[in-house]
Amino acid sequence: MVQPLDHLKESPSQTAGPYVHIGCTPNFTGISGVYPQDLGHEMITGEVSGTAIRITGRVIDGTGTPLRDAMIEIWQPDAAGLFNSPAETRGTADPNFTGWGRAASDMVTGEFAFDTVKPGAVPFVDGRLQAPHVTFWVVARGINLGLHTRMYFPDEDAANAADPILTRIEHQNRVRTLIAETPAEGHYHFDIHLQGPNETVFFDI
Amino acid sequence: MTNGYVNRDRRWHPAALTPDYKTSVARGPRHAPLSFPTTLVEETGPVFGHDILGQHDNDLIVNFAKGDGMAIGPRIIVHGQLRDEFGRGVPDTLIEVWQANAGGRYRHKKESYLAPLDPNFGGCGRCITDAQGFYEFRTIMPGPYPWPNTMNDWRPAHIHFSIFGQAFAQRLITQMYFEGDPLIWRCPIVDTIPTRAGIESLVAPLDMARTVPMDARAYKFDITLRGRRQTLFENRMEGL
Repeated sequence: MVQPLDHLKESPSQTAGPYVHIGCTPNFTGISGVYPQDLGHEMITGEVSGTAIRITGRVIDGTGTPLRDAMIEIWQPDAAGLFNSPAETRGTADPNFTGWGRAASDMVTGEFAFDTVKPGAVPFVDGRLQAPHVTFWVVARGINLGLHTRMYFPDEDAANAADPILTRIEHQNRVRTLIAETPAEGHYHFDIHLQGPNETVFFDI
Repeated sequence: MTNGYVNRDRRWHPAALTPDYKTSVARGPRHAPLSFPTTLVEETGPVFGHDILGQHDNDLIVNFAKGDGMAIGPRIIVHGQLRDEFGRGVPDTLIEVWQANAGGRYRHKKESYLAPLDPNFGGCGRCITDAQGFYEFRTIMPGPYPWPNTMNDWRPAHIHFSIFGQAFAQRLITQMYFEGDPLIWRCPIVDTIPTRAGIESLVAPLDMARTVPMDARAYKFDITLRGRRQTLFENRMEGL
């Protein structure tokens, strides 16, 4: 007989449900006095280097209806491409930039918003540079396993064309689902389509 | 350069489309997700210090209570170890929990179940794992809760868990269930998990050894996150 593999299995995911806000953004849902403020509410905590930007967007279901009960987290490097994380080994990130943000969809309009900085580039596993992007993680009622995707920038055509992930997408007509719109200078809008003709590319990472 | 995180076993996790859980039908992607090895983007993640924690953040019996009040319901301690697939404890990691009160009522603007709110119970808590990955919090046992799926679906008693780990690749939200609850095997959300073994890994046993006599029962809930490869040999991956 062969020895058994004794590795543990990852705990299976379950939906965050409609009341995810109670645990993750309690002040947003009216539970005040437990935490001073909702975690991830502010990504910029002081003077930061780089370009301040605002990201807005919606999460839209297969019928075209915006979700009004989603929770969205983003994770990104600072303007120099460094992460504010103990696992960052290339240098020290901007101390006034957390790199991580969390927002709930508006309960009426479904829109979410983040005030952040435009990220720098980060290398892929083979050393090629990845185009500047923001990693998104979406959970909600009806989503059984949190969805990973990325928002790329429409003003980075050359970097996007060489990006190791974007070029890996077999159906190149879907690349556009990962590129934000620019309604105004410094404002990027990113709608995430869960399914349908404009379904966003999601990642298994 | 690193060796990255072990892939998720997507046949162990729930699929995106699980029609008996009706909301998944319009919210589950239909295309296959794009696979690629984890990069620095996924191998880093936010880490939180103990300075974010208030005195009662891990005690849901009192963290929303007024004056000397306490939440009503069966008093329990929930504890366990956060470890990775290779059995290593995951230290210094934020765990957030949320739940209904003893009657199955959530404190949320969009919730209208007729069971009353408990004025001394908010339903949220958080803690950070210790150097070996252990955590614990105190709460009341949540009640089962009816929800509009079919006309007679009831969630088993459950506590929601949000876990960060040390990398964004490990980010996980799941639910803990209680040993012996007959509703577990009737729940379309539980049933999104494809295997019985997977479901049982979310069922916390009663832990009499950690029970506080004349005070609170205990349940033990160990949680497993994705493991990071630790091989000495790093060959270039094919196809990159």
